[in-house]
Amino acid sequence: MSSQSLSQTAAEIDSAATEPAALHHPETVARQARPLRFITCGSVDDGKSTLIGRLLWDTKAVKEDQAATLRRDSTGKQNELGLPDFALLLDGLQAEREQGITIDVAYRYFSTDRRSFIVADTPGHVQYTRNMATGASTADLAVLLVDARAGILEQTRRHATIASLMGIRQFVLAVNKIDLADYDEARFRTISRDFREIALSLGVRQVTAIPVSALKGENIVMRGGEVMPWYGGPTLVETLEKATQRTGQTTGFRLPVQRVSRPGEGFRGYQGTVAGGSIKPGDSVVVLPSGVEANVKAIVTYDLVRNAAVAGDAITLVLDRPVDVARGDMIAAIDQRPQTGRAFNARLVALSPDGIVPGKRYWLKAGARRQRVMVRPTSALDLTSGNWDDASFLPVNGIGVVELDFEDTAIFDTYETNRETGAFILIDPESLNTVAGGMIDGKRSKSGRFDALPDADRATITLPARLLETFLKTEFARAHAGEIRVAGPEEVDGE
Amino acid sequence: MNVIEHGRGKPPLDPHLKALENEAIHIFREVAAEFERPVMLYSIGKDSSVLLHLALKAFHPGKLPFPLVHIDTGWKFPEMIAFRDQVVARHGLDLIAHTNPEGLRDNVTPFSHGSARYTDIMKTQALKQALDIGRYDAAFGGARRDEEASRAKERIYSFRTPDHAWDPRNQRPELWSIHNGMIHPGESVRAFPLSNWTEVDIWRYIQAERIELVPLYFAERRKVVERDGMLILAEDKRLELLPDEQVREEMVRFRTLGCFPLTGAVRSQATTLDEVIEELEIATVSERQGRAIDRDQSGSMEKKKREGYF
Ligand SMILES: Nc1nc2c(ncn2[C@@H]2O[C@H](COP(=O)(O)OP(=O)(O)OP(=O)(O)O)[C@@H](O)[C@H]2O)c(=O)[nH]1
Ligand SMILES: [Mg+2]
Repeated sequence: MSSQSLSQTAAEIDSAATEPAALHHPETVARQARPLRFITCGSVDDGKSTLIGRLLWDTKAVKEDQAATLRRDSTGKQNELGLPDFALLLDGLQAEREQGITIDVAYRYFSTDRRSFIVADTPGHVQYTRNMATGASTADLAVLLVDARAGILEQTRRHATIASLMGIRQFVLAVNKIDLADYDEARFRTISRDFREIALSLGVRQVTAIPVSALKGENIVMRGGEVMPWYGGPTLVETLEKATQRTGQTTGFRLPVQRVSRPGEGFRGYQGTVAGGSIKPGDSVVVLPSGVEANVKAIVTYDLVRNAAVAGDAITLVLDRPVDVARGDMIAAIDQRPQTGRAFNARLVALSPDGIVPGKRYWLKAGARRQRVMVRPTSALDLTSGNWDDASFLPVNGIGVVELDFEDTAIFDTYETNRETGAFILIDPESLNTVAGGMIDGKRSKSGRFDALPDADRATITLPARLLETFLKTEFARAHAGEIRVAGPEEVDGE
Repeated sequence: MNVIEHGRGKPPLDPHLKALENEAIHIFREVAAEFERPVMLYSIGKDSSVLLHLALKAFHPGKLPFPLVHIDTGWKFPEMIAFRDQVVARHGLDLIAHTNPEGLRDNVTPFSHGSARYTDIMKTQALKQALDIGRYDAAFGGARRDEEASRAKERIYSFRTPDHAWDPRNQRPELWSIHNGMIHPGESVRAFPLSNWTEVDIWRYIQAERIELVPLYFAERRKVVERDGMLILAEDKRLELLPDEQVREEMVRFRTLGCFPLTGAVRSQATTLDEVIEELEIATVSERQGRAIDRDQSGSMEKKKREGYF
């Protein structure tokens, strides 16, 4: 790296920095898709807010008056490069500015010529993991930052794990502050390799690793070719433009009923947002938990009486016969029903300082359905070893497997097959705060075993007993706990 | 019962706007179902107009299951009040207008008390009074996260203490689209169905849905006077001119609407929706630039919100 090329780049960046909001029409982008939702995550101070600030700046999403405010607020905090403190575009709370850290998620909106984006900039500090989870729950993609000098930390693993648990399958690993690590290719390779290993253990195969300087804007929107000639891959923005949206649900029709609308004689409609599949007049549906069957008579919206509705649509459904339907019920495809029962297994992220206490009764809310539930943690993830160890309590920010026991019928799909009908929150009955986010793994039968799969669809492998325990602690085994049946030697012999 | 179809002959929304509309309708229905006494804050501006339109969609074919509250400071543009009354009549809405009686008694004006105190008394305090009088436990507002840095931090369900205060350091997690509407007596929630909309989204939606707006949003020759770098409308007799000020006629429009002495106009030739959108797409300043109350200092919005402002 020659000092000349560095100073040239700095000068270029500086001129870009002093000319925000040039005549450019990013908002005239093709709006033929919903925006891509992504988060930035990673350990504290790794440069998440700076990265998004820089991204907004370089895509001209910062207006002149906002740029002037940023310059004013940056005085005294300017870095040696004389660039504004881009993180201040995100860290909008007084307490965040005073402490120089992010406390809560900031949502920002920007577009390039190709695509529009909603980004949630999440806090790195472990104390605010709940806010990171808030951002991750709706994201299609995660940009995970690592400080090139520090490498992967426990918090990096925590965020990667939470993001993957919540169903994010695309990761960008941004190896940041590469300018402070002499633009060292070997350093970048080492960190990328370390992360790919973690990603694989989480079942994530799609990782794009990019060396970046968030502050200087290298490989964010503009290429850092001058200072990193060894990197020929895409910039961050190119990667985001090409990312795919989460395909969502593989289940049949689902309508969690939010309200029953009875405005006048004769009209009775069930209002909600389609959470899976599609529907048209004439289709047969079942109302759960009652099990009553009916046919769809009409799909009413303000604009039109429609001839079809698909996942995501907010509709009013009219059935062909008077049936008893209440808020919290689910109307589902008659031939592709969700699981119903009183016992389920789930994975959980504990978000409150009290953690998750065994045997305590919580409120569980999923879709529009709220019911009492008893929660019993059975294992927790050890972030340093990657193992799932036996546990009966989940501390704050803990990630664990739990058994859920309901007093009345619960209705779920697995999170893997439907993010809408497989997710839930837990509410503490005293504080009324949201204390956990959960993802359904499957239904549990009375014997305590899962019954997610009939025997006909099973194959058997055998392991040496000493390997069994190790195998059962892997992420893979936990994720498929509902499908795996463990038999002792005597049972196998008996067959 | 005959179900009315409002959308005959209208092209369908693009997927981006459709997704935003669906999300907003979902929030409206969820709040209406979970809270005992919801209310909608209606400020007559473009965001409120979109909010109202979405509410009508959410509850169609029924009527709105809640009233509207308008905080009237007494210093709104007269065209706003006329428009409000038209809208209320057309949709048969239940609208409650509230003015802070103490502020009225003490003759609190933007001129006599300065913008910060005036805003606190005539807007924040008035809002809290109106919410207390109605014992509302949930209030819909049209705030968007792209408006301002502290708004960008706010949840869709923004939890408020019995004093209506917001504690930005201690917000509830808000996962997926599952909203926790459980509160203790006296506490309340502000719900923001337009959280994820940008200014351009609002205008495109207004265009696609043919939503009517106060004419002040479109350029016209209007009487204005330049004060503190803002173009103030000079049509109300209560505006006293300073010695060196001169009233001029100019082609102007407004990007946001509030109290006329505190809301700056922008010079513009955009007389139609298409022209407004075109202008916005190349705009180099943000919409709140014209608002005196937001310019006092970085962080002034957060401060007001902590005190109970929307
Ligand atoms: N030299 C250099 N400094 C950087 C870079 N990215 C971020 N920084 C600096 O690192 C510090 C922390 O940056 P932030 O963006 O606030 O970090 P963060 O990850 O958002 O921190 P939290 O949100 O609190 O977890 C700031 O002083 C930045 O200026 C970079 O690429 N190069
Ligand atoms: Mg940050």
